[in-house]
Amino acid sequence: MSLIQRHSAGEGSPANGTTHEVETTVKSNTPVNGEYRLLTLDAPQSVLDCKPGQFFHILCPVTMAEQPYLRRPMSIYGYSAEKGELQFLYKVTGEGTRALATLTKGDKLNVLGPLGVGFTIQDDWQNLLLLARGVGLATLAPLAQEAQRLNRKLVAICSARNEDVLMSIDHFKALGAEVITVTDAQGTSDLENLREIIENQIADHGVDVMYTCGSNRMLKLLQEIGAKHDIPGEIALEQQMACGLGMCQCCVRSFNRNGTITQERVCREGPVFGIEEAMAW
Amino acid sequence: MVDLTTKIGSLTLANPIMPASGTFSEDLSEVLDLHQLGAHVTKTITAEKRGGNPTPRVCEVRGSMLNSIGIPSKGVQHFIENTIPFYNAYDVPLVVSISANSADEFARICEQVSVPGVAAIEVNISCPNIEEDGKAFAMRPSTTTAVMEKLRSASDLPLWAKLSPNTGETIEVALAAEEAGADALVVANTLLSMAIDIHTRKPKLGNLMGGLSGPSLKPIALRMAYQCAKSVQIPVIGCGGISTVEDIVEYLIAGATAVQVGTATFINPNIMVTLLGQLESYLETQNIASLSDLVGSVRDEDAADSVVFMETAP
Repeated sequence: MSLIQRHSAGEGSPANGTTHEVETTVKSNTPVNGEYRLLTLDAPQSVLDCKPGQFFHILCPVTMAEQPYLRRPMSIYGYSAEKGELQFLYKVTGEGTRALATLTKGDKLNVLGPLGVGFTIQDDWQNLLLLARGVGLATLAPLAQEAQRLNRKLVAICSARNEDVLMSIDHFKALGAEVITVTDAQGTSDLENLREIIENQIADHGVDVMYTCGSNRMLKLLQEIGAKHDIPGEIALEQQMACGLGMCQCCVRSFNRNGTITQERVCREGPVFGIEEAMAW
Repeated sequence: MVDLTTKIGSLTLANPIMPASGTFSEDLSEVLDLHQLGAHVTKTITAEKRGGNPTPRVCEVRGSMLNSIGIPSKGVQHFIENTIPFYNAYDVPLVVSISANSADEFARICEQVSVPGVAAIEVNISCPNIEEDGKAFAMRPSTTTAVMEKLRSASDLPLWAKLSPNTGETIEVALAAEEAGADALVVANTLLSMAIDIHTRKPKLGNLMGGLSGPSLKPIALRMAYQCAKSVQIPVIGCGGISTVEDIVEYLIAGATAVQVGTATFINPNIMVTLLGQLESYLETQNIASLSDLVGSVRDEDAADSVVFMETAP
């Protein structure tokens, strides 16, 4: 996968307008289950030209109890230029997300984006497969929207600890995806079962590309299957970030490019990378 | 109309606000108009390619952040071929930040980047990450003198020495830099710090320690900028924890002739342009016709010299 150069040297232009720091208004911020919340923002058109896999850098509010300092990178869960809407699905885990959870309808929220290089869907990829677990669903959900728009077939394999925290099943189904669920509780989420499910998909319908997010286990599994069947894949990765724009060099990860280990910025060259070059961590 | 221009030695800047090295790159042009800045200051480069430090390279502490990036660098050739042409499309002075592990290497890269299109060289003699023990040239007057003398003979461009808050000899180091030929002082770099995750008991940075930046650094860097401005004849550029227009005014009153804004850009990428507008409004409402009327206007005449030059609290 080649790096996408987002500006050429020497243009000397005024702000070129691909990324904006904007004030949005909270439409709703509701619990999805015991762990996750869905935040829906009223956002200006300038930030709604998004691609699946891109992210926003969110300036979480400072409250009496929580004082987050840096912005928090968060994958886009949904975007709609028609509705003027931006959505984030997040797990409340730390200071930033606890502060985010306090937002209610009408509150303002400063966001910076859209940022990074998203997933690609090449013209000749008809049968798409995604493998998602936990909050990885949030990152992969916009792929379903894009697959529907491009009239591609999508199989979404959704994994979770138990049925209660299996999210977005209806969302994927509504967008025309075929959904296969596996859970730890049912004993169906182990790697060998996943391998069998994917192998069956390849044998029965063919798979042109595989997408995943975040998990080491799933990365290795898809790398193996991809190498065996010569199927390309993409993975969205995470790393601690400061600026989110590529300036600070905080969010690097190692990649294997034809035998050479290189370091790339997750915020700028990613967060989506070729699955064959991603390295387990 | 107020006069926002400021002079750093032979160099005149349209306004006193510029980015701090390491918090700025070509990438920011996606968010703001780089024409509006007083100068462009690039991330420190080294002669050779460097990978940088292990991750995590950043963590936050209350109201500030720690970083340990370790100066990843694509090398001087890549910089000359790609970065300098990018900035030369703007009519804004380009300040190139350099670093090296030895005085000779430092002089060599200083010579290499002394090319047309570069207005000044910021010499990062204070990065706390680059040498094994975390010590940097700017820790001591003797090492500051040694490296600055070599740098001075390597280039005719203005040299801005970036000082370290990790030294106990601020004034001695500042004087050493001036005497060895520095044209300005940038005061200051980050303060060596640490944070530990109490659940895992692991240091929060991959490199164990890193540099503190953000609002909690400001009183320290401001104190240093004041001490330096009192001690040297060359211009002082204030740097450390600036996030509001009041912070800028405070540095100017302390004696800085320009300021660098760093970590605040990570929080609000547009902050430098916002602050510029606010500074202009401030000067107008205060009936201050020229920025230079503010510089060094601190009313410390009642204090004894020994207070000004003390290194520890009484």
